[in-house]
Amino acid sequence: MYEFSYKKVSSVEDAVAAMQSADDGKFVAGGQTMLPTMKHRLASPSDLIDLGGIGALNGISIDDDTVTIGAMTTHASVAASSEVQVAIPALAKLAGNIGDPAVRNRGTIGGSIANNDPAADYPAAVIALGATVKTNKREIPGDEFFTGMFETALAEDEVITAVSFPMVDKAAYMKFENPASRYAIVGVFVAKSGDSVRVGITGATPCAHRGMRLEAALNGNFSAAAVEGVKIPVEKMNSDIHASAEYRAHLVKVMTRRAVEACS
Amino acid sequence: MAENGVGASVRRKEDNRFLIGKGNYTDDITIAGQTHAVFLRSPHAHATINSIDTIAASAAPGVVAIFTGDDLAADGIGPLICGVTVTSDDGQPHRAPVHPALAQGKVNYVGDHVAVVIAESLSQAKDAAELVEVDYGVLPAVTNTATAADEGQTQIHEVAPGNLCFNWPFGDKAAVEEVFTAAHKVSSLELINNRMVTNPMEPRAAIADYNAGTEEITLHLTTQNPHVHRLVLSAFNQLAPEHKLRVVGPDVGGGFGAKIFIYAEELVVGWACRKVNRPVKWTADRTEAFLSDAHGRDHVSTAEMAMDENGKFLALRVMTRANLGAYLSTFGTMVPSYLYAFLLAGQYSTPLIYSEVKAVFTNTAPVDASRGAGRPEATFLLERLVDVCAADMGLDPVEIRRRNFIPVEAFPYQTPVVQCYDSGDYHAALDKALVLANYGSFAARAEEAKSRGKRRGIGLSSYVEACGIAPSAAVGQLGGGVGLWESAQVRFNPTGNVQVFTGTHSHGQGHETTFAQLVTEQLGVPFGNIEVIHGDTAKTQFGMGTYGSRSLAVGGVAISKACEKLIAKGKKIAAHALEAAEGDIEFADGNFTVAGTDKAMSIEAVAFNAYVPHSYPEGLEPGFDENAFFDPLNFSFPAGTHICEVEVDPDTGEVEIIKYSAVDDFGKLINPMIVAGQVHGGIAHGVGQALLEGCRYDSEGQLITASYMDYAMPRADNLPSFDIDYAPTDPPDNPLGVKGCGEAGAIGAPPAVINAIVNALGVKHIDMPATPETVWRAAQSV
Ligand SMILES: Cc1cc2nc3c(=O)[nH]c(=O)nc-3n(C[C@H](O)[C@H](O)[C@H](O)COP(=O)(O)OP(=O)(O)OC[C@H]3O[C@@H](n4cnc5c(N)ncnc54)[C@H](O)[C@@H]3O)c2cc1C
Repeated sequence: MYEFSYKKVSSVEDAVAAMQSADDGKFVAGGQTMLPTMKHRLASPSDLIDLGGIGALNGISIDDDTVTIGAMTTHASVAASSEVQVAIPALAKLAGNIGDPAVRNRGTIGGSIANNDPAADYPAAVIALGATVKTNKREIPGDEFFTGMFETALAEDEVITAVSFPMVDKAAYMKFENPASRYAIVGVFVAKSGDSVRVGITGATPCAHRGMRLEAALNGNFSAAAVEGVKIPVEKMNSDIHASAEYRAHLVKVMTRRAVEACS
Repeated sequence: MAENGVGASVRRKEDNRFLIGKGNYTDDITIAGQTHAVFLRSPHAHATINSIDTIAASAAPGVVAIFTGDDLAADGIGPLICGVTVTSDDGQPHRAPVHPALAQGKVNYVGDHVAVVIAESLSQAKDAAELVEVDYGVLPAVTNTATAADEGQTQIHEVAPGNLCFNWPFGDKAAVEEVFTAAHKVSSLELINNRMVTNPMEPRAAIADYNAGTEEITLHLTTQNPHVHRLVLSAFNQLAPEHKLRVVGPDVGGGFGAKIFIYAEELVVGWACRKVNRPVKWTADRTEAFLSDAHGRDHVSTAEMAMDENGKFLALRVMTRANLGAYLSTFGTMVPSYLYAFLLAGQYSTPLIYSEVKAVFTNTAPVDASRGAGRPEATFLLERLVDVCAADMGLDPVEIRRRNFIPVEAFPYQTPVVQCYDSGDYHAALDKALVLANYGSFAARAEEAKSRGKRRGIGLSSYVEACGIAPSAAVGQLGGGVGLWESAQVRFNPTGNVQVFTGTHSHGQGHETTFAQLVTEQLGVPFGNIEVIHGDTAKTQFGMGTYGSRSLAVGGVAISKACEKLIAKGKKIAAHALEAAEGDIEFADGNFTVAGTDKAMSIEAVAFNAYVPHSYPEGLEPGFDENAFFDPLNFSFPAGTHICEVEVDPDTGEVEIIKYSAVDDFGKLINPMIVAGQVHGGIAHGVGQALLEGCRYDSEGQLITASYMDYAMPRADNLPSFDIDYAPTDPPDNPLGVKGCGEAGAIGAPPAVINAIVNALGVKHIDMPATPETVWRAAQSV
C-alpha cells in the first residue's frame, strides 16, 4: 500500500466536497475491492473518503412496488432482510451467495455496482429488474448504468445513494461459479412481470448486459424450451483459463433455462 | 493400554495454544532493531540482466542496504544445492546449473530473485524496491513440459543441452519389448500429472539475527527440518559453521513438502543480518508464495501394459517427461526418479517394468516434493492405466485388480523396481472398501441418477506408497547426500516429568500428542507429565525433520529406543535400591518390580535416584536421560483401496462427489483421530488435484494462476463426508508396527476421482484438473 490520507465523512455533501478537494480521491465503502487493490499497489489514491459514516446511505425500505436499498447496505443485510426475502426473494438469495461471510459483512451494493466487475452478481439483478440507481445528482436507469468493463455512468464526484428495485411477479438468479474465486463465470437473472420478461447476464461478457435474444424468445413463451433455439453469439463472450467463449455461451443458455424453471 | 496411550484418540495438546492465539509463528517473532527485507523479483521468465541500478533506491527513505548477486558472490555465499544425484543414460551425473541465491547476469523464471532491499520498515523496503532499475534483455521462454527438450527450443542453461537435466532409464528395455511383442493385449494411455502449488496456509518467512559477541547466527524460519537447513546452509552455502548457526522452526502453519527445501530468501536473510549487523526479517506475501515456493508434480507420460488373455499383467512400460523448473530445488531430482519409478509396480505382481524419465528444465519455478512426491504421479498413472486395461479386456475394474494383486502370502514382496514391500493384504482392503462403498448396488444408483439427467460413476484406486523415509544405506546407494535416520532424546527431570526431544518437526501433524502417547504407553508416566520438544537445533540433539511420512515410522521408533534404554538403566538402579538381582527386575506400567514379590519402585523414584545418587549402583553413570538414533531397515509401505462415487451434470460438466470411501493399511494406529485427520486432509488434497488445482504458465512464462482468484483450492463444499476404515497389517521391519499416513490420501485420491468421472461419462480418459469445462467437453464427445 502506498501512503494516502483517510477521511471519514458524515454526509454525502461532505463526501463530494472531500472528493472535489482531493488530488486523486477515491470513495471507499466496504473496501472489499478497494483495499486489496491498494495492498497490491495497483491503486494509489491520494485520499480515501470513507462513506461508512453516512447513516443515510444505509438501510432498506419497501413501498408498494419497490425495494430501495441504501448504497452502504451490506450483502449480508440484504440477504438477511425478511422484507427483501418476501418482496424479491431472488435478490436476497443473490446477495447471500456473494463471496464469503467476511465479504458479505463488509461489501456493499453501492460498492459492487460502482466497481462493475464483469463477474459481479448484483449488475445482473440491476439490469433484469430494471432497477434505478440513485445518486447525489440524478437517477440513472439500470440499463444505462453499466457502460463497460469496470466502467459505469458515474462521474468522479458522484455518489450512489441507493438502488431501487421494482418488484416483479417472478424472478430467479442462476450463477455458475468460478471454482477458484466463486465470482460468476456466468450469472443469469430472469425477471417476469405480466408478459414482460427481462434477462440480465453477468460474467459472460466484459460488462453485464441484457439478454435481448433470450428476452425475445421468452416473451410469449416463458419456458425452458424457448431458450433452446436462441443463438448466443460466441464471439462476444469472455474467454479465460476457467471457461472458453464457447462454454460460456453454452452456460448462458443453461443458466437461463434453470432460472426460467426456477420461476415456474 | 495406558490412559491416553497407544490407540487412544487423545485430543491434540498443541491445539490449545493455537486456538487461544498463543502459537508462535516466524512472522510473530519481533527482535529489537529488526529490519525488513523485500526481494526484487524478475517480472520476466527468461532474460539476461544487463545492469542493475540501485542508486536511487539506496537513497530512498529508510533503506539500510541493497544487495545483489555480486555481493553474495563476493562473500562466497551459495549457490543453492540439489542434494540427490541421478545418473543420466550417458553415465554422467544429472546436469546441475548453478543456482545463485540472487541472480547473476540472468533470470530464469518469473519470481527469480534479483536483489534484496533491506529497510527500516516493510513499506520503505517495498517503496525502494520499486526504484531499483534493472535493464533486462528478454529472451524467449520455455514453459511446456512435453516439448521443453525438443529440438529447436530456447536453451536455458549452457550446462544442460536440450534443456535436459537427465534421461534416466530403469529396467530391462529389451525384455519388456519382447513381452510386448508377444502379448495377447496391450493397453496404453497418455496422461498428464498436473502441476500444483503446494499452498501451506502460512507463507514462508525467515528472521535472522547475528550476535557479534558469540559470532552466532540465529535463523528462525518456516522449515520442516531445522537440522537439514542448518547442515546445508553451513556445509554447502557457507552461511556459518554448523556450531555457529542455530536454526529454529517454531510453530509452522503447514508444510506439505514446500518447507523442506533450502530457499534463496533464507540464505540471503541469514547472510544479510551479519552484513547489516541488524536482525533482518522477511515474510512472503501470497503472490510470492505462488511464484517462488517450489511447485509439485508436472509430468507428461505414456503408459503401456502388456497382458495375457486373462488380463494378467505381463509387463509395464512408462515414458515420462518431468518438469524440474528453472533450477534444481533441494530434492528436485529425486522426486520424478526414485520416488516415482520405484513405485510403478503398485499393488500388482507385474514381473517386468521399464521406465524412462526425461527430466527437463523450463522457465518456471523449481519443482520439488509436494505431499506424496512422486508416488501420486506413479499411482495416478498406474491406477488410470489399470482401468483402461479393464475396459480393454472387458473386465470389471475390481476383477482386474484382484487378478493382479500381490497375494498376501508373498510378503515381504520384492518388486522388480527395487522396493521390497514390507507387509500388505490388498484383497482385504479392497473387500472392505467395496462394502463401505456399497459397490454392489451401484448400478441401481446410476439408474436413479439417469432419471434425473445426471450421470453417476464409480472409481477405484488401489495404491501403495513408500514412506517412512528412509534407510540411510539405500539413500546413499541412490546418490543421496544424507543419512535419513532419526534421533530422539528422552529426559527425565529429577521431579519425574519427562521431556522428549525429537529431530522430526511438527507443522500441523500433532506430534506433541502422538509422541507423548508413545511415551506414556512405554514408560507409564502420566500423559500430562510429558512434553515433546522439537524444531530448534539448540534444543534438539539432531534430526532429519519431517517429510515422506517419516515422523512416527522413523522418529517414533527413535523415541521408543531411547525409552528402552531408560528402562534398561532403570532396572539397574531399581535392582540396587530394591536389593535384588538386575535379572529379577521387571518393568510394567511405570513400575520396576522384583519378580514374584511386592517390592516395587516407580520410574519417577528411579529418576530421582539417578539424579540424587546417594545410594547408587557402583560404576553406573548418574542421570536419567537417554539418546537414541534409529535408521530404518526399509521404507514403510502403506496401501489401501479408495473408492469414489461421483455424479456428473452433463449440462455443465460439474462433478459432485457423492461418496468417498477409503480403507487404508497404516499398520498400528497410535492416535486414530489424528490419523483420520491426516486421511481427510490427504484426500482433500487429492480431490483438489483431481478437480480443482491446476498451476498454469502462459507461453511467455507468466504464472497465470498466481492468486486464489485463479488457483482453485479445495473447500469444504467440494468434499463429501468421508467414510474411512482400516485394514492393517503388521510391518515386520518397523519395531512399532506402524506405517506413515500423512500422504496416502493425496496419493490414493486422484485416480479414484478421475476413474469415477471416466466411468460416469464412458470415455477413455480425462486430464486433471477435471474442471467443469473439461468434463462438459468430454460429456459432449460421447
Ligand atoms: C474474496 C472476495 C470474494 C468476492 N466474491 C464476490 C462474488 O462472488 N460476487 C460479487 O458480486 N462480488 C464478490 N466480491 C466483491 C464484493 O462484492 C465487494 O464488496 C464489491 O466488489 C465492492 O463493494 P465494497 O463495498 O467493498 O466497495 P469498495 O471496495 O469499498 O469500493 C469499490 C469501488 O466502488 C466505489 N464506491 C463504493 N461505494 C460507492 C458509492 N456509494 N458511490 C460511488 N462509488 C462507490 C469505490 O470508490 C471503489 O472504486 C468478492 C470480494 C472478495 C474480496
